[in-house]
Amino acid sequence: MSRFEESAPARGGFSFDLCKRNEMLMQKGLKPSSYLKTGTTIVGLVFQDGVILGADTRATEGPIVADKNCEKIHYMAPNIYCCGAGTAADTEAVTDMVSSQLKLHRFHTGRESRVVTALTLLKSHLFSYQGHVSAALVLGGVDVTGPHLHTIYPHGSTDTLPFATMGSGSLAAMAIFESKYREGLTRDEGVKLVAEAICSGIFNDLGSGSNVDVCVITKGNREYLRNYMLPNPRTYVSEKGYSFSKKTEVLLTKITPLRELVEVIEGGDAMEE
Amino acid sequence: MSIFEYNGSALVAMVGKNCFAIASDRRLGVQLQTIATDFQKIYRIHNKLFIGLAGLATDAQTLYQRLVFRNKLYHLREERDMKPETFASLVSAVLYEKRFGPYFCQPVIAGLGDDDKPFICTMDSIGAKELAKDFVVAGTASESLYGACESMFKPDMEAEELFETISQALISAVDRDCLSGWGGHVYLVTPTEVTERILKGRMD
Repeated sequence: MSRFEESAPARGGFSFDLCKRNEMLMQKGLKPSSYLKTGTTIVGLVFQDGVILGADTRATEGPIVADKNCEKIHYMAPNIYCCGAGTAADTEAVTDMVSSQLKLHRFHTGRESRVVTALTLLKSHLFSYQGHVSAALVLGGVDVTGPHLHTIYPHGSTDTLPFATMGSGSLAAMAIFESKYREGLTRDEGVKLVAEAICSGIFNDLGSGSNVDVCVITKGNREYLRNYMLPNPRTYVSEKGYSFSKKTEVLLTKITPLRELVEVIEGGDAMEE
Repeated sequence: MSIFEYNGSALVAMVGKNCFAIASDRRLGVQLQTIATDFQKIYRIHNKLFIGLAGLATDAQTLYQRLVFRNKLYHLREERDMKPETFASLVSAVLYEKRFGPYFCQPVIAGLGDDDKPFICTMDSIGAKELAKDFVVAGTASESLYGACESMFKPDMEAEELFETISQALISAVDRDCLSGWGGHVYLVTPTEVTERILKGRMD
């Protein structure tokens, strides 16, 4: 009976039953693998009508680029978005989880979600795992109290700022913000500044690259500009394509035709007695 | 040596025009010794959904059994096959549950979704999904596979051309990796049929 329960869908939360075995493998000399990281440059700034978030689109696995066009700006609520840096699985899982919690909270209260709600849910989850859930986030949104922008560190500390950058490219992006940011930017100026900061990260930081994603959140509206800029197109594309002189040798071929599923018609003719 | 290099594997999936192909090598080794040359790494979940598992072979087999269990429960409850996007989320959740004591597996999922639109994705060992529109790779030969696929892939290939491309990419990549090889196993899936082919490669 207990063995069946082990395989059944879990009640949620983490399961630690492979830890002992993995410890034993480490002691035998097998090194653990590297996880998919989002090397990253993520930024946010507050402009006169709301918040603008920006991110690059490169995902790395060690020194290799695993995904050239991944999405780092995650949906939390219709008026709140969150950029994530760090271990990709952690940022995706934690933003998905808090997004569902916010939706349930919206059903309970009947009101639009507030940015500080998302902030508190995220920081308490990250703090309870003492930094082992490696997610560094830039959270931004517009609610009844106005536009808000926060940064959240993997250990659970937060900052509230008018402009923020996180990730390996944060220094490159912050240099742009510190020299060109001012209060009361218009939408176009803000988007231009965010794109410039992300480009600075893309070109100067090796952990960030590919394209620029931008998300503009204002009161009652949000625009997710996926691949707003593509500053790294493929430089040379051969028109001929690849031609193979020698075909691969096939030892065995097995073809399985896919049967059409039988259609069940409701209210068919009754069987004859 | 890394845990992922204990058994050795090479997996690749590519998208074509209303079809997809998923291919793997056939070697099973214990570090540098080969113990099997016909090891199955690609499993069928249902007729239009395949999953390949790279990494530690024991974890791959256990994970496959758990996923088949969950898929059968889903089939009983919903009375229909699981969509590939849903299955990818399931695999991601199963892997992330073991975030601090993971399965040492990298899955490659390939399937035909609604309207027979091909879907491929891969994940790292803790469930970070990577959706791609062209190709995905996994295993010890992944770096060579990235290079081979980048140059050989073309969008919207027909079934026969897709088969040739994925086979050539797999064979050239595993030839540069000691831990994978001994031929290839390619599944080519179109809306009407599943073609399974075994390739001849270098036996070293």
